[in-house]
Amino acid sequence: MLARATLTGGRAAARPAAAAAPRRPAPRALTLGVVAIAAVLLLPVLGVVVQAVSVGPRRAAHLLSLPLVPELLRNTVTLTAAVTASCAAIGVGAAWLVERTDLPLRPLLAVLLVLPLAVPEFVAGSGWVSLMPRVQGFGGAWLVMTFSLYPWVYLPVAAALRRSDPALDDVARSLGAGPLRRFLRVTLPSVRTAMLGGTLVVGLYLLAEYGTFAVLRFRTFATAIFTQYTLGFDAASASLLTLVLCLMGVLLLGGEYALGGRTRHPGARAARTATRVRLGRATPAALLAMAALVVLSLGVPVGSIAYWMIRGSSTTLPSGSVVGATVESLLLGAGAAAVATALALPVAVLSLRHPSPLSNTLERSAYLVRALPGVAVGLTVVSVAVHHLRPLYQSTALLEAGYVVLFFPLGLVAVRAALARVPAELEDTARSLGESWFGALRRVTVPLLLPGLAAAAALVSLSATTELTATLLLRPTGVETLATQFWLYTSNLAYGAAAPYAAVMVLTSAVPVFLLTRMGLARS
Amino acid sequence: MTSRRQLFPVAGMALAGASVILLAGCGSDAPAPAVKPASREVGSAGTLTVYSGQHQQTVGALVQDFQQRTGIEVHVRSGDEADLANQLLEEGSSTPADVFFAENPPSLGVLDEKRLLAAITPSTLALVPKAASSPTGHWVGVSARAAALVYNTDAPAARDLPTSVLDLEKPQLKGRLGVAPSETDFQPVVTRVIAARGHDGAVAWASALKDNAKVYDSNESLITAVNRGEVAMGMVDHYYWYRMRDEVGAGNVHSALRYFSPADPGGMVDVSGAAVLASSQHRAQAQQFVAYLVSRPAQQIVATSESWEYPLLPGVQDMRLPANAGVADPVVDLGDGREALDLLQQVGLL
Repeated sequence: MLARATLTGGRAAARPAAAAAPRRPAPRALTLGVVAIAAVLLLPVLGVVVQAVSVGPRRAAHLLSLPLVPELLRNTVTLTAAVTASCAAIGVGAAWLVERTDLPLRPLLAVLLVLPLAVPEFVAGSGWVSLMPRVQGFGGAWLVMTFSLYPWVYLPVAAALRRSDPALDDVARSLGAGPLRRFLRVTLPSVRTAMLGGTLVVGLYLLAEYGTFAVLRFRTFATAIFTQYTLGFDAASASLLTLVLCLMGVLLLGGEYALGGRTRHPGARAARTATRVRLGRATPAALLAMAALVVLSLGVPVGSIAYWMIRGSSTTLPSGSVVGATVESLLLGAGAAAVATALALPVAVLSLRHPSPLSNTLERSAYLVRALPGVAVGLTVVSVAVHHLRPLYQSTALLEAGYVVLFFPLGLVAVRAALARVPAELEDTARSLGESWFGALRRVTVPLLLPGLAAAAALVSLSATTELTATLLLRPTGVETLATQFWLYTSNLAYGAAAPYAAVMVLTSAVPVFLLTRMGLARS
Repeated sequence: MTSRRQLFPVAGMALAGASVILLAGCGSDAPAPAVKPASREVGSAGTLTVYSGQHQQTVGALVQDFQQRTGIEVHVRSGDEADLANQLLEEGSSTPADVFFAENPPSLGVLDEKRLLAAITPSTLALVPKAASSPTGHWVGVSARAAALVYNTDAPAARDLPTSVLDLEKPQLKGRLGVAPSETDFQPVVTRVIAARGHDGAVAWASALKDNAKVYDSNESLITAVNRGEVAMGMVDHYYWYRMRDEVGAGNVHSALRYFSPADPGGMVDVSGAAVLASSQHRAQAQQFVAYLVSRPAQQIVATSESWEYPLLPGVQDMRLPANAGVADPVVDLGDGREALDLLQQVGLL
């Protein structure tokens, strides 16, 4: 499963004024709509629970006491902790350098630091292994995952730094605080929400990932699940083990909440630009660090694709199938992006404009699917569709629906971040002038939200375009996407033939990624 | 929102750019040769859906030839055989598939257990050695692969290679051996070791293997690691070595294959088989397709393909591969492999 997540905004920069204003009760149509959306999104989780229950306590005890299980659990926990920590450090550090210092080449770096999002993780994993075979095991997984996933922290943190009011920093400076002290006491707290949101996405991704770790010879808990599917053909046992991942996902969601991922702190827009810290003699070192980051996160995978295009004996160039797969992937990605973004809007509106235990639970539950391996989600959709939605089975529409379920959380994070910055007072004014809630949403909120909706669509399309596992299960027979072709060739050791598909995946993903960075950089 | 005004031109440009790419894609896609031959006759005799976990290019060549010969249009769903088997289990009798072309007997066996497979026409089964097909007659063997030891030819160990798969437990191999226990072709070897040594003997063997070996996720990673000298040797099916040689070029091959004797538990020949789904609405065409797979023209395609598997039809030989006596008498009746899987989990290899 290719995780993609957070966004330009940090999540909970809700305005205190908005939170404090007396809220109208949530319109019933909105609540019902969101309940329906959440129900569909939770179908895979429900499917896993139903299958798992059929296992029975004895078999369950046997499965959970297998000798490899403790090691796999330990691997999952340590890797998740290590990668989220390093992603947080790199993401925040890089964002601070680009947004708050006089580092040269900032505009270029602002784009290059986000571009690794355009490289699917399984392409990055294969790239590292084929160029540097020693990159494997825990160290390898840590390295590759950190360099592939840190942009999910960088992006929201950079956006939060750009937005936050420099006044606090100036006050601290006037009181004699040095750059380090100001970073720790002022800057870090102001980006905490954004940072936690980003690390949550990274953490959920790590729980469910299997393919990339397999390539890197690192076995996590997802391995045990795959053993049940691929060697035991035992979906029930696999589901039982998947429940363990679900539980870990719930813990992550709860942990992020407890650490203040939902703190509503002043999200005031900066009226002026912050004074940049002069790096002085530290400039070359900082520049070198950023260059190293770009080379490791972008250079290695791109280099390995180029290497195989030149060195591999097999080739698919020139080929009509590359073009066909590209069109197929882009159309699927665009469709899923449109639907996921449209569905994310009501969920974001309900949770931010009408906060209540129900709306919070509905919103949080949408993230849980990210802790499920793609094969579990795919097989549940197969099962539901083949027995209850037969005409849709193996249709493009069903594949799109699968993408929507998988990547809805990424869209939601982006829409929420944008909605949090739209003053609720504007909607109140519209309503006091006689608009219905829907009218206010349509005529006031949505127009202001467009950049956020575009960011959400970009994130979803980016992920859907490169999704592999669920695509293999759900696509219409005969339809091949860039990811499925890449996989079919690499699984036959035909790296040369696979490379063009990877190259096109990276190139096409670069478009939405570039769009994301431009949105972030736009200033008044 | 202050950023909106600047955003729109950018977003507009990006959208325009994307549309250009899309349109260009559609434009250049149209004249590209379609996968299906344009001949009108294809489809005139019905359609078939084949789920295939087999080598994609070889299946593509087989399907194209079959379509031209029969006019039956074939839709191929290529994927990982285990994914496809799990998908077929979920679909049950509602499956749109008519034929399942697998890579290993266990994925066919599990579908047969659930009574999802139809009997194969006896005349089709009669074409290949009896042992190459299911004892129930519900799937037919199409091609075969031989388990082998791949070893790095530059490593000093190249001279004293183990002669039996049972020797892989010897302590002097510690750190020099690689295994891929999560691959479907590893279980049958374990099943044969259980048969040769008994359960406890096999547990001891597997535990020693765990101590000796580096675990790889796939045979592809394992053979690449042996070829570059990361480990001195490993167990794989023969065709991985040939596919690797095709890709890296003969000049970059630093490894060779050694086959165990047929009597050894490691000296086994396994088959890829095909089955007709019991729920197929196109049974006659499905049987026709499966019969075609073991016919002379199809077996000739297998014998010259990049999949490097042994054809099973007597009289057709892949002249590029060393003769293997086991092909005439493969081992497929190894049960469902559950005992082997449990054993591997018990010792912590899985």
